[in-house]
Amino acid sequence: MYVAVKGGERAIENAHRLLAHERRGDRDVPELSLAQISEQLSLGVDRVMTEGSLYDRELAALAIKQARGDLIEAIFLVRAFRATLPRFGATEPVDTGAMQVRRRVSSTFKDIPGGQILGPTFDYTHRLLDPQLAEGFAPEAPAAGEASAAATPRVTDILGRDGLIEPSPVSEADAPVGDLTREPLNFPADRDLRLQNLARADEGFLLALGYSSQRGYGRNHPFAGEIRFGEVEVEFTAEDADFAVPLGSIALTECQMVNQFKGSATEAPCFTRGYGLAFGQSERKTMSMALVDRSLRARELGEEVTAPGQDEEFVMSHSDNVQATGFVEHLKLPHYVDFQSELGLLRKLRKEFAEANEMQPMQEAAE
Amino acid sequence: MNAPAYNFAYLDEQTKRMIRRAILKAIAIPGYQVPFASREMPMPYGWGTGGVQVTAAILGPEDVLKVIDQGSDDTTNAISIRKFFGKTAGVATTTSTADATVIQTRHRIPEAPLHAGQVLVYQVPIPEPLRFLEPRETETRRMHALGEYGLMHVKLYEDIARFGHIATSYAYPVKVNARYVMDPSPTPKFDNPKMDNCPALQLFGAGREKRIYAIPPHTTVVSLDFEDHPFTRYRFDAPCALCGAGDSYLDEIVTDDKGGRMFVCSDTDYCESRQSAGHRGSESAAPHKERAHG
Repeated sequence: MYVAVKGGERAIENAHRLLAHERRGDRDVPELSLAQISEQLSLGVDRVMTEGSLYDRELAALAIKQARGDLIEAIFLVRAFRATLPRFGATEPVDTGAMQVRRRVSSTFKDIPGGQILGPTFDYTHRLLDPQLAEGFAPEAPAAGEASAAATPRVTDILGRDGLIEPSPVSEADAPVGDLTREPLNFPADRDLRLQNLARADEGFLLALGYSSQRGYGRNHPFAGEIRFGEVEVEFTAEDADFAVPLGSIALTECQMVNQFKGSATEAPCFTRGYGLAFGQSERKTMSMALVDRSLRARELGEEVTAPGQDEEFVMSHSDNVQATGFVEHLKLPHYVDFQSELGLLRKLRKEFAEANEMQPMQEAAE
Repeated sequence: MNAPAYNFAYLDEQTKRMIRRAILKAIAIPGYQVPFASREMPMPYGWGTGGVQVTAAILGPEDVLKVIDQGSDDTTNAISIRKFFGKTAGVATTTSTADATVIQTRHRIPEAPLHAGQVLVYQVPIPEPLRFLEPRETETRRMHALGEYGLMHVKLYEDIARFGHIATSYAYPVKVNARYVMDPSPTPKFDNPKMDNCPALQLFGAGREKRIYAIPPHTTVVSLDFEDHPFTRYRFDAPCALCGAGDSYLDEIVTDDKGGRMFVCSDTDYCESRQSAGHRGSESAAPHKERAHG
């Protein structure tokens, strides 16, 4: 007999209680602290801060804990909180040239002023599972040295001195700062909005798009000019003050790709730039972002747009994992009203099909 | 830690003003999709964030809110959204179509005629009626600007050539105020005629796609068709098994694994009102009571 779909309210409450129970797991196992997440799962925290567009390690750690380690869910939690925050204004542009560098590598020059600094990286580790790490492992203290006083200029600035690479766009001090979370996005979009979109974009999506450009879908011949990770100071000029006040420092990863450009009738051949920037240590993200940024400049540089990675509407409309996961997962919601409509149509079409096919032999017999 | 505090109906007043401006523009240009700076809401995109933002922007403390999904007040997402506003705005909620001042809906228009002063807020997944014919926003906006809807008519014509019918059963495109072709959201085409000359204000919110559009009260809304293939409504040809209604849109309920089916009103408020007025269907031997759960 017909069981009315009642009691949804209690079902939801019970589901939430069960979720909280599952989140905690076995209660004989000690609970995770936010400090543990922030300190020991720090790259996950960096990703949640980057794609959540909010620099707050503690909230990101809380989001990861609440999301049971599902980073996209954690990003969603951070975003929903961020949307409610008041805006006081925009900071001064950060100067990544003055970064307190913890890691910095260039693949385009053997040595660079300030040196190549490997820093904390997985790059040359052998990916062998380490049973020592399973429990109670105390790592050696890191090797320490005297920090060099030498400046660490950006590699692209060194190339720029000879005019071999296009100059960075000059910033207009009084131009409004574009923000796609405050103004609806229109196409074609300027590069500042594209970069904001890419900075918030899903790391996996950008990784795949960047990879596809390397494999020939809109190839743009990249070199990793420089990847640097470290602390930069953030400064803010309040409306009624005429000087910038330091707010503190944040950890950033910056990647500048150096790409070939054949030149055009009006411009000499030179290298072009692809740019990536993210919170924390997010190298895969910034490298992918820089590849895709360069791909998306196809129109501006007069290149033929043939591949998905060069297609601004395609990339920007599908890069956001909070949007994507919401819409994909909304298929879980009931659709039975529309489905009933489709059933009706399909039954009608099938009936007509069957009738038409029954008619067929009779017509032939009559001939 | 930055402990959060939330405004009446969740959104801050600045955001509400921005959304209201978009709504006013949408009302001024019926059927035109107004871009707006959609916020990240605490429920997922695709689950009604557009409708929720529109509702949050228009809701006042005196409003009475009804939320339906698939025509029903009791589906989980309808409950979740109703609870959200109960909690963040403290407004009165109802399941009665007649008593509500604001009705947020997904996939249905209530059976009971709406009256002046009511607002029907639709949750919209894909606001662009031309999207599946042309994926590019830059192109579709140009087509709307020029009123260039030939592509849509070709699609409908191809349906007829191939199937003998227009093979669109929900989200059936309409023309609003003889100007813009509009997606009515994925309501079954059965509901399309209710949009025409409706005394209530109809607002459409698409959160993920960042668009708001509107049909002001008493606006002409025409379902696209051809003279020789006029628009037809579809409903399963049976009375409701619970209230006997012969004019309501029906849900198909699978009752066993041997092909057993029954058909009942998708609009639960309509069905229950009819039952309490004494109407009976084939399956309601006794006056219908809400069954205890579990």
